[in-house]
Amino acid sequence: MAEFTLHATSHTTHAGTPAASHAEGQQHPIKLYLAVWGWLFVLSTCSYLVDYFGLQGHLRWSLIVLFMVLKAGLIVAVFMHMAWERLALAYAILLPPMLLLVFVAIMMFESDYTLLTRIVFFRTGA
Amino acid sequence: MAEVALTDTGKARMRPAGWPGIAADWSSDQRAFKNVSWGKTMMWIFLLSDTFIFGCFLLSYMTARMSTTVPWPNPSEVFALTIGGKSVPLILIAIMTFVLISSSGTMAMAVNFGYRRDRFKTAVLMLATAAFGATFVGMQAFEWTKLILEGVRPWGNPWGAPQFGACFFMITGFHGTHVTSGVIFLIIIARKVWRGDFDTETRGFFTSRKGHYEIVEIAGLYWHFVDLVWVFIFAFFYLW
Repeated sequence: MAEFTLHATSHTTHAGTPAASHAEGQQHPIKLYLAVWGWLFVLSTCSYLVDYFGLQGHLRWSLIVLFMVLKAGLIVAVFMHMAWERLALAYAILLPPMLLLVFVAIMMFESDYTLLTRIVFFRTGA
Repeated sequence: MAEVALTDTGKARMRPAGWPGIAADWSSDQRAFKNVSWGKTMMWIFLLSDTFIFGCFLLSYMTARMSTTVPWPNPSEVFALTIGGKSVPLILIAIMTFVLISSSGTMAMAVNFGYRRDRFKTAVLMLATAAFGATFVGMQAFEWTKLILEGVRPWGNPWGAPQFGACFFMITGFHGTHVTSGVIFLIIIARKVWRGDFDTETRGFFTSRKGHYEIVEIAGLYWHFVDLVWVFIFAFFYLW
């Protein structure tokens, strides 16, 4: 019983204040979601067109990564509401995956080395 | 008791923002995530661990592709479909991408209507999300069947580097499994929404905890994450 009354009072004290939106969770206009949805469609179409027109080399890779990062950013920031969370949560969740980039760099050195040894090995037939 | 910890007490407005906010939030002898419930926090932490799993899959794929002396099969041709006698590159994957993005859109709106306590719209939008997800898995099953019939195996394929099959089945298979569990999760929560469990705060069957519309947002976090992973798979595996 006690928990119910406490819950109820914390709601009433918030009614009408700007912070009330947090008491009832994340509330944002539907229009925002529709706009993000539209942008995700546009960005996906763009990345598909990169393949459709057969762009190659650095242009292809940079465009793919650009559209990918923009899409990921929109999904995390708006759909997953990260833009409205406190920074303590945002950094706790978003920083660790950035460390994967270090792992990527390590594995790039590693695979370059593997490729080199394979080329040498297959050529000499040793 | 638990309710007290869950609700924002209003003190949040007096807390410092920005970098001083991070230091103050973490250093004090109290909860680090001030206005986020344990359920949402745990879902975020689970998603963080899942990020590392998919990160490792994509990393191993990168390593295999960079270190092989045999040319990598061209995904643009491998995943092309013949429509009306014309070969369209990557078209099925593009449609799957749009289906998954649409499911994310309906999910985001379901969360919104949930917090507005619109039972009917929330349940319908969640079921629409689940339907999009099931469509996605169906198209993936079609794609797998097509590739297996063409002779793709985890140890080889007719077009080039043998690691292609292993990477493909591992990455898309694991993602498809995530979508499937997401669909089941969504249907379970949609049923509860439809029944009005969160309006009457009915206690859960397993947990005996009172239900809240926040679970819709937590389910949404998982669903958007599945969409997010697909963004990276689409870029690195299909387009690269």
